[in-house]
Amino acid sequence: MSKSIIRVESLHKSYVTGSNSLHVLKGINLDIQQGEMVSIMGSSGSGKSTLLNILGILDNYDAGGYYLDGIHIQKMSETRAAQYRNKYIGFVFQSFNLISFKNAMENVALPLYYQGIRRKKRNQIALEYLDRLGLKDWAEHLPSELSGGQKQRVAIARALISKPKIILADEPTGALDSQTSLEVMEILKDVNNTGISIIIVTHENDIAERTQRIIRLKDGIIETDKKNGNAKKQITESVIIP
Amino acid sequence: MFDKDRWQEIFSAIKKNKLRSVLTAFGVFWGIFMLVVMTGSGNGLVNGITAGVQDFATNSAFVWTQNTTKPYKGFKQGRWWSFNNQDMKAIRDQVPEVDVIAPRLQGWDISRGENVVRGLRTGGFSVNGDYPAYNLIDPSVMVYGRFINEVDILHKRKVCIIGERVYEVMFDKDEDPVGQYLRVNGVYFMVVGVFRSKNPNINIGSNKKESIYLPFTTMQQTFNYGDQVHYFGFTAKKGVSVEKTADKVKELLKRNHSVSPEDKDAVGHVNVEEQVKTMSYLFIGINMLIWIVGIGTLIAGAVGISNIMLVIVRERTKEIGIQRAIGARPWTIISQILTESVFLTTIAGFIGLAFGTLVLHAVDMALIQAAAANTAEDGTFFKNPEIGLGMAIASLIILIITGLIAGLIPAQKAVRIKPIEALRHE
Repeated sequence: MSKSIIRVESLHKSYVTGSNSLHVLKGINLDIQQGEMVSIMGSSGSGKSTLLNILGILDNYDAGGYYLDGIHIQKMSETRAAQYRNKYIGFVFQSFNLISFKNAMENVALPLYYQGIRRKKRNQIALEYLDRLGLKDWAEHLPSELSGGQKQRVAIARALISKPKIILADEPTGALDSQTSLEVMEILKDVNNTGISIIIVTHENDIAERTQRIIRLKDGIIETDKKNGNAKKQITESVIIP
Repeated sequence: MFDKDRWQEIFSAIKKNKLRSVLTAFGVFWGIFMLVVMTGSGNGLVNGITAGVQDFATNSAFVWTQNTTKPYKGFKQGRWWSFNNQDMKAIRDQVPEVDVIAPRLQGWDISRGENVVRGLRTGGFSVNGDYPAYNLIDPSVMVYGRFINEVDILHKRKVCIIGERVYEVMFDKDEDPVGQYLRVNGVYFMVVGVFRSKNPNINIGSNKKESIYLPFTTMQQTFNYGDQVHYFGFTAKKGVSVEKTADKVKELLKRNHSVSPEDKDAVGHVNVEEQVKTMSYLFIGINMLIWIVGIGTLIAGAVGISNIMLVIVRERTKEIGIQRAIGARPWTIISQILTESVFLTTIAGFIGLAFGTLVLHAVDMALIQAAAANTAEDGTFFKNPEIGLGMAIASLIILIITGLIAGLIPAQKAVRIKPIEALRHE
């Protein structure tokens, strides 16, 4: 039986700047099951980034409800939010956002550092994850010595290392050429096959086509939410060990 | 706390802008350096001065006569008068607050030219007449022999004790002077001791190293001073104000010599207790000034650190955002910034402390060498410039607190960075 990992009920969010109030999300209802791979599409200003921020506990919402793995996410202290982010959510960004002075291994190990795991142990775990993504030989390299695709793979390893329930990817292929984009999508799909839900925010149709479900946002409401039939068939055997 | 990741970030920030880090750290370095050097110098001044006066009886005063300034009982103003032996007895009898009293004769008229002769050696030295009690007010150690004693006074013995310089001129090096004779103004005196004052920086009337002390009574008789007393020193008993005692003594003296009680200028006196008090206020003042300037400089340095930490936080906005997004707690970020600030401050301050101590040590060495080079030189007013362990620890604690305060505002600023910022596309 499938389990709801993300449940959003009539979510509202406004940005207040001075006397102006900008109503960005106008009642979003969303239910994402464990193991789903979902893409969120929409033109700029449709509220997709705002939704992602709220789903990533990076921002608060005004009204409605957000349940992450059954936990009601409300206004909470930054310390709690950081713990939830660390435990449940893995982030993959468009601009990779690796720490420039840390090598690939240390970047991957960073979430474990915040969990208080000892350096030797967390670096060992980081090496395992880099190995799975085929980057073991690059472990000692700084981000500036890696290609775009390699950087994004390091970022995915970093997102995976804390064993999250869900990965939020904000335009993960936005800074990559089409060949590398496909590779990254394959990796994300492999990750998805291990049971981790993935939400990808994108504006590229061919990226969205590779997910099982496409949600289109327009002006703060969900315009369409449909299953993507051809995506299922494309799943190949997993290289990511669960 | 000692995880490598924390330090990696600090060193990376420092290395990325070496010049900026060095210049920033220099502010704190200079603050502590100034504080150490100035405190050390202040201590040197205090050491130098107190070393020259430390054993002088602080509860003492010296009294002398001056021309009268008011006509009284038929005497005109401007009359010269002097103390005598009866005055000393009267003070002992009638002013119970006085503990010891040491009348002195200052042989100005017999201290001219080459007044001291021994064989072929001659020298010009001051001659004083003294009581044994003088050694209680202005203590000396005896290099050879003994001080003047009561028997010398009683029998008016023709003996003398001599200062270090007198010994150097009139005797061979390491020669035992006790029992030898010196001709002082045509009269032979047997040397019974060589004294070295413990308070070389206080000289009354003459330089003690170049003085010959005769028994008071001997000098009165031998050099025709009659019953005159040129001036005298006394100490007040414990718990009694020196100033009040001095007033009482002066009142008695004026009464006995028909000097107007209103004549404030007829008797002069110097109160050592007051002098010491004034000096200690001066030291406190100097110390306060040093700390104000030192702390002020340090604050300027801390502001520099704070400023540069703000810049570092701004530069790292994105990194801090990423770290927050992947699970760094606010406290992780705050402690990171504070560690960095304290680290920078402490390292810079420690170098300043070490460098300052080194400079003080060099000055100390130079002073010791200078002192060894010219032994005849009179007491210096600067000695052992140094800072204590307490001062060193205090300044390190000040540094850590400074670093914490300097990092506080930047750390708060860092925490206020929303993780969303990391998600924003450039």
